[in-house]
Amino acid sequence: MSNIDLNKIWNYTTANESKDHILLKEKYDLFINGKFVKSNSRKYFNSVNPATDEIIAKISEANKEDIDLAVKAANSAFKSWSKLKAKERAKYIFRIARMIQERAKEFAVIESMDGGKPIRESRDIDIPLAANHFFYYAGWADKLEYAFPNTSLEPIGVAGQIIPWNFPLLMAAWKIAPAIACGNTVVLKPAETTSLTALKLAEIIQESGLPKGVVNIVTGGGKTGSEIVNHPNIDKIAFTGSTKVGKLIKRSIAGTHKKLTLELGGKGANIIFADAAIDQAVEGIINAIFFNQGHVCCAGSRLFVQESISEIVIEKLKERMSSLIIGDPLDKNTDIGAINSKEQLATIKKYINIGMEEGGEIYQKKCIISETGNWCPPTLFLNVSQSHTIVQEEIFGPVLAIQTFRTIDEVIEKANNTPYGLSAGVWTEKGSKIFKLTKELNAGVVWANTYNKFDPTSPFGGVKESGIGREGGLHGLKAYLKFK
Amino acid sequence: MSFPNLLTVPKIDKIGVEERVNRFCKRSIKNSSKTHGLHLALSMIDLTTLDGKDTPENVKRMCYKANHLHDSLQGIPKVAAVCVYPTMVKYAKKELKGTKIKVASVATGFPSGQSSLDVKLSDTKFAVNEGADEIDMVISRGKFLAGEYNFVFDEIASIKEVCGKAHLKVILETGELDTLDNVRKASEIAIYAGADFIKTSTGKINPASTMPVTYVMLNAIKDYYKKTGIKIGMKPAGGISSAKIALQYLVMLNETLGYEWMNKDLFRFGASSLANDVLMQLQRQESGYYESIDYFSKD
Repeated sequence: MSNIDLNKIWNYTTANESKDHILLKEKYDLFINGKFVKSNSRKYFNSVNPATDEIIAKISEANKEDIDLAVKAANSAFKSWSKLKAKERAKYIFRIARMIQERAKEFAVIESMDGGKPIRESRDIDIPLAANHFFYYAGWADKLEYAFPNTSLEPIGVAGQIIPWNFPLLMAAWKIAPAIACGNTVVLKPAETTSLTALKLAEIIQESGLPKGVVNIVTGGGKTGSEIVNHPNIDKIAFTGSTKVGKLIKRSIAGTHKKLTLELGGKGANIIFADAAIDQAVEGIINAIFFNQGHVCCAGSRLFVQESISEIVIEKLKERMSSLIIGDPLDKNTDIGAINSKEQLATIKKYINIGMEEGGEIYQKKCIISETGNWCPPTLFLNVSQSHTIVQEEIFGPVLAIQTFRTIDEVIEKANNTPYGLSAGVWTEKGSKIFKLTKELNAGVVWANTYNKFDPTSPFGGVKESGIGREGGLHGLKAYLKFK
Repeated sequence: MSFPNLLTVPKIDKIGVEERVNRFCKRSIKNSSKTHGLHLALSMIDLTTLDGKDTPENVKRMCYKANHLHDSLQGIPKVAAVCVYPTMVKYAKKELKGTKIKVASVATGFPSGQSSLDVKLSDTKFAVNEGADEIDMVISRGKFLAGEYNFVFDEIASIKEVCGKAHLKVILETGELDTLDNVRKASEIAIYAGADFIKTSTGKINPASTMPVTYVMLNAIKDYYKKTGIKIGMKPAGGISSAKIALQYLVMLNETLGYEWMNKDLFRFGASSLANDVLMQLQRQESGYYESIDYFSKD
């Protein structure tokens, strides 16, 4: 058997996206009641570029008093915002969407600098999708009674929203757009390592003339988050993040009036049948696990390959990995960027070590790794089973655990054999098989012959320990309405 | 030469292919890699004229152009070949004598292929005897769509036999094959029947070459190489009119088959107007500004 050598290729010279057009302040304060204000803590923490270790801005840390101010602002804004004619609300949201589009390039560059994701992804996926979410929910604002006929609807009140670091602006859009479209007001906290695009969004919101207090953006770490969760005048908590923290939140608001949606971890099964279009399935496996360095809650991190084609699939997978370009997130040719933070890199390394200690056979793409910044080569584990830790636990990095299977029932059983239930992928050219699997797989999202596809019109969310409620689509409105 | 097992031919997902191709087109090729890519593209061109109105005179002019692409630009390669009808081969041969530029001839009832095997064989023999270095044959698309795969296979094998030393490029005319699954199947048949190159199109049917079609064919070549260690060449033809598109094809080749395929022995562009656009880009790489298209000769 002859091998194709994709290590020896025509090398592309660097093609860096320019940083000249972006405006970053040295220090960012909290966005409360339509203004940027200093926090009562007077403390700042650093936002670091994970590809270079450079500090790119200082971010204010909100304490209990700040959260209280933000909630007060949101509460007082709610009185008029919830009564405003829906078509007027929609106009503001449309305006925010358009302003994101106008400044898309700036947002994309900052997103890549702050979070380490390749500019190709922030430019082509994160930022356009974020704008689309605002457009989509702006459209619903004055049509809610048609979305849910024969019932009377009301906004809930103040929503406390806590978002993760993997899709910073996009997650802010997922949370803010449906909330304000339904007439709620918002206190949103971006993740500690990736606050910048949310704060740039705050600038847009300020410029858009959205009534003050409708959206408040407060920054900080876990402690700031818990102040939001435990604030008595917040009516709804929407959280995206780890299952561990999700469980904590659910416990701490038990017995209160607060409504809750959670979008938590996952260990997505990506299932390749012998009758799949192999080359496209291989591409799909790559996209499922290495998209955004594997920092994706719905990543296809467990691969199930039908035994009769496992050899060829694994060989093609390794070959495809050799042509992935890893490096500077701002280079337009980069496929895989930097790991979001030192902490996350340590977690990923810990799991890679566990995988090896437990006897997994490791394969990593050969690549030169820069000494500054946080990097992890794309990694495969062969010879693992459902009993291995790296098959059971979410790694949130570019690490794929590969198992084989023989029959449909076997693979359904294994795919469902996890506490998670967020996503799954099925690859086959046989339609009836797709229907059987989409029915029997216990996951909130099942993709057929594709993976990691997102659209504002499509609901997203998990079952089992992957979450409660749906975001996106018509379903995403329900989380922000009271039905009478 | 044995008939391929069509049951094991991989299936093709069109949407997946288009997505992959889209990624190739997003690569940003700049500076020295662009110059390198443009040089490669130029060296891979089969400069083509395939018209009913072709005469020895215009073929001669094209051959002169092939040998003198743009004499004011230093260090640029020559095109790989010229591609003409069988009756024009001898004029092209004469004009290109002493150069390394090959003469390719279409044959086998080009472009429709709707003639008897006898006619196709004598058409091919004629072109070979006139001195053609390469034969670009067309497959019988009607027979292929009617499911007569053995017929298509046997026909290619018979043509290969009379080609002698001439290289055989097999044109699938993908614009008539309807699906990417058919493109893959036809690629397998052509490769197993003895093609040295597989080629997308005659240029007479729309769509001619597209990146998705070429990508599927490159994967057929890849899988055959893995199985047998034999390298088959690829020639997209028609529709590649600008340097930008040519570079996108080269990115696709680079990331699918690797650098070993990036030479004129294994990859060609069938094109009539591509050369001047590549030359114009090369001129710009050197001088930093675009010259008027009128500075580039049209032959």
